[in-house]
Amino acid sequence: MSRLARAVAPFALIALLLGAWELACRALHVPVYFLPPPSAVLQAIAADWPSLLRSAWNTLSMALIALVVASLFAQGLALAVGLSPILERAVRPLAAVLQVTPVVAIAPLVMIWAGLDHAPRAIVALAAVVAFFPIFSGAVTGLKAADPDLERLFDLYGASRLQRLLRLRLPSAVPYLLEGHKVASGLAIIGAVVAEFVAGSGGAQGLAWRILEASNRLQTARMFAAIVILGLLGATLHAVLQAAERAGLAWWRGR
Amino acid sequence: MIAALSEVEIDYPRGRALGPFSLAIAAGEIVALVGPSGCGKSTAMRLLAGLEAPSRGEVARTPGRGETAVVFQAPTLAPWLSARANAALPLELAGVAHAEAARRAEAALARVGLAGAEGARPAQLSGGMAMRVSLARALVTEPKLMLLDEPFAALDEITRRALADDILELWAEARPGIVFVTHNVEEAVYMASRVVVMTAGPGRTAGEVAVEGPLPRPQGYRITQGFRAQVEAVSARLAQGMAA
Repeated sequence: MSRLARAVAPFALIALLLGAWELACRALHVPVYFLPPPSAVLQAIAADWPSLLRSAWNTLSMALIALVVASLFAQGLALAVGLSPILERAVRPLAAVLQVTPVVAIAPLVMIWAGLDHAPRAIVALAAVVAFFPIFSGAVTGLKAADPDLERLFDLYGASRLQRLLRLRLPSAVPYLLEGHKVASGLAIIGAVVAEFVAGSGGAQGLAWRILEASNRLQTARMFAAIVILGLLGATLHAVLQAAERAGLAWWRGR
Repeated sequence: MIAALSEVEIDYPRGRALGPFSLAIAAGEIVALVGPSGCGKSTAMRLLAGLEAPSRGEVARTPGRGETAVVFQAPTLAPWLSARANAALPLELAGVAHAEAARRAEAALARVGLAGAEGARPAQLSGGMAMRVSLARALVTEPKLMLLDEPFAALDEITRRALADDILELWAEARPGIVFVTHNVEEAVYMASRVVVMTAGPGRTAGEVAVEGPLPRPQGYRITQGFRAQVEAVSARLAQGMAA
């Protein structure tokens, strides 16, 4: 009973809220362009399904490419920083400044550099910038998180720097890397959508463009449809990476 | 003589941690180091291991690279490695071929009574078994000097007694020099042929008690008159040292 209730609870709440929304829209005669009822949003999703799916894939693929790019750069830099404390001192303030700079603020610049005809490049670059930090800071923290007594053991047996990195620091960093990638995946989606908004309609065909397009035509139900798909996309990606993190940790710990 | 501290002192920014303190370990000897918490026992161990240099005084060590082994309070195993790979680690770091290292690690695990658990991860082992893996890792290089830093601190009474006897039997096979740090007086007397008592921090020598009787200990040793008397003698020194 309680397990069933636990499984059903979130869906029950959603159904309840949607029902209230639908009833309120009908009872109060809210204009559709202001707030469409859920039934209208559902109709919009059904009608736009092929193009929504294409756009969702567009946004997702750019976010995933950005995640891969960010992952490679962040882990590479974290390794370099882990090997050289002086490099870490040099990089840290720069990294902090870049991290607190909002992605919307640098988006127009990156658009110019990528060239207005190459909006996807700019979108990938911007999403990668956002996804970079959780992986980088996770990796830097993780590389320092080894058990100090294990570090002493490596001292005792005269381990080389490379041995220490490959056999102690990198494996110790695995849980931090998993967590960093999970957080970064969500941020990559957000980064891609924000960048799509800045890019406008020029060549980018992601979900943000669907929202913009519908907004320009005051087709509020279609805006909602794109937002719903975006939410589902983010939730699915998060769930997938959550499962990957759990599996990765179980493998790492052997239990 | 296999390792010796002579008049060593260690100063940390927050103040003196140890000394002046002298201690010499003969080859094949088991010395227990007893003292109140914070007296610098673990610091003395790091000096003997060559992991730290003294602020003043001298450290002399004869064991070469890989001939000193340390067992910490916690098992200190790598969670991502199997028991076999954990025990093989010192050999792998010394460049021993992988297959050879695994074979010797399995032999070391068998010596500590863990045959059959080679593939288990630390998370799958009990506290006592994990400590045995840690012991196997220390034994795998056939060390000349073993430093045991309160290795039973996290174990229950039954497990610690069994492990104490096993360590003494393992010692009897190859007779490495052993320094055994503890704050448990009975354990010190049981394990060692010589108990060095330290004062409250910064630790100095408060006294030394030679323990008679055969090593490994025969059954019922804990209830003999001699054992009880020596425990009392060490306890008295410890009390003096803490008052001083």
